[in-house]
Amino acid sequence: MKLVIGIVRPEKANDVLEALYRAEVRGVSLSRVQGHGGELDRVETYRGTTVKMGLADKVRFEVAVSDEFVQPTLDALCDGGRTGEVGDGKIFVVPLERVVRIRTGETDDRAVTPVGA
Amino acid sequence: MDAPTILAQAAKVDTGDTAWMLIATALVLLMTPALGLFYAGLVRGKNTLNTFMMCISAIAIGAVTWAAVGYSLAFDGTGDLIGGLGYAFLNDVTFEPVGEMTIPHLLFMAYQGTFCIITIALISGAVVERMRFGAWIVFAALWSILVYAVLAHWGFGGGWLFEGGTLDFAGGIAVEMASGFSAVAAAIVVGARKDYGRQALLPHNSVFVLLGAALLWFGWFGFNGGSGFTTGQNSVLAFTNTLLCPAATLLVWFALDAIRGRRVTAVGAATAIIVGCVLITPAGGFVSPGWAMALGAAGALPCYAMIVWRPRTRVDETLDVLAAHGIAGFTGILFIGFFAQENWNAISDGLLYGNADQLKWQALAALATPVYAFVVTFALLKVLGFLFPLRVSEHEESLGMDVTQHGEEAYPSGDGAILVTTEAASEEPVPAAQPG
Repeated sequence: MKLVIGIVRPEKANDVLEALYRAEVRGVSLSRVQGHGGELDRVETYRGTTVKMGLADKVRFEVAVSDEFVQPTLDALCDGGRTGEVGDGKIFVVPLERVVRIRTGETDDRAVTPVGA
Repeated sequence: MDAPTILAQAAKVDTGDTAWMLIATALVLLMTPALGLFYAGLVRGKNTLNTFMMCISAIAIGAVTWAAVGYSLAFDGTGDLIGGLGYAFLNDVTFEPVGEMTIPHLLFMAYQGTFCIITIALISGAVVERMRFGAWIVFAALWSILVYAVLAHWGFGGGWLFEGGTLDFAGGIAVEMASGFSAVAAAIVVGARKDYGRQALLPHNSVFVLLGAALLWFGWFGFNGGSGFTTGQNSVLAFTNTLLCPAATLLVWFALDAIRGRRVTAVGAATAIIVGCVLITPAGGFVSPGWAMALGAAGALPCYAMIVWRPRTRVDETLDVLAAHGIAGFTGILFIGFFAQENWNAISDGLLYGNADQLKWQALAALATPVYAFVVTFALLKVLGFLFPLRVSEHEESLGMDVTQHGEEAYPSGDGAILVTTEAASEEPVPAAQPG
């Protein structure tokens, strides 16, 4: 079991969701985050104040999957999230120690397997 | 002209009428930012400012082109198709009232100018979230002269419809049908948003939508109530009908929403307010309060049907200007032909009260205006499209218009923003507080 954390551009979030859906990855959490990964700063001006936006908006996907779903999840995040420009984001895969589905008490692989799959 | 002459002629000015028209002018101007709020709520958050700015820019563009030539082309003389240039650059537009009017000519010009402004702003609803801001400015300026001034001349200013006897109290022709049918042409030429039909594109702030619609309704009392140019009976009738007609539309809309989706929606209610105000715009001072409510109720149906049907087409007429303004204006103009009552308006009866000729002139307006507005807008945008790109790149579209067109965001977090100033350039950059 792995937790796949993908940080992507907000404007690509829909494409990633679509790609995950096609890969039959059904359990997803996402949150809006801000971060910096070496892309050019965006300059904005508000009245006399010019600011460099050092942090860019990103969307963070968290997908807990059983081992055979790790590669399809990575592919979906890459395919859906890539534009080729700096700032497309990163994916982190981390091992999962335990998973519990609250409703049923199921654990581990059974807990990360979507209902009805 | 020396000062005493101006004073002598200005004596025809009625102070009560003038006081009301000064207020009405300000009320109509308020409608444009209100529309900006309404439109901004309907788009996605990343396009909020650009959408609002299209409306704000309409004030800048419309006021200037109107004073330069638009007013003259609309209101100088009784040429069939277009007015003259006698009032160009406000030549001879002074305190002296024109014709039978009891308000200063200058105020009449300003009042009419606010109509030109709101009409320009209305069309932006068809092209939000993708049209380049610069291209919009050029288009809006030319449109205000080539389409608005011409149709204002036809409907209000002494053109063929006006002289023939078409009744249009506050702008069913030049404002509502002109914007609605121009919007379709603009949506077709500029093209659909890249995500249209692929993703759900939802309103990002429905409170803005409701508040904008409510402020529009408030301003509309000046728009319709002022279009009699006096504090007389037609104005009072139009003012009252502006209360009654949209209320009836709202009720019917609630019912339609409940039947179709089993719930009454807020965005639907905001739309209904606008549809109701548009329906009564041409008819305000001509139909009885009872018929005004009937118009509001019956007119909801074609507009609702258009709003349901349009998103199933490939025409991304994004904020449904055609349904809310074009179709509603068309309905209101025709309604006069049936239900106008001379004992309410002191001008003319409709078919129901024995005057078939009125219906003929209303039908002519309802056919000629959409054709002119659509064809000229289509051609204008095609020509402009050869000169420069009308829309932003796909990448910019996905980033959002606020950042790419204006270098601002509607909802900046300010986190991690680095202050850039000329003095501080040599020093270490410091994180800025929330810009305010």
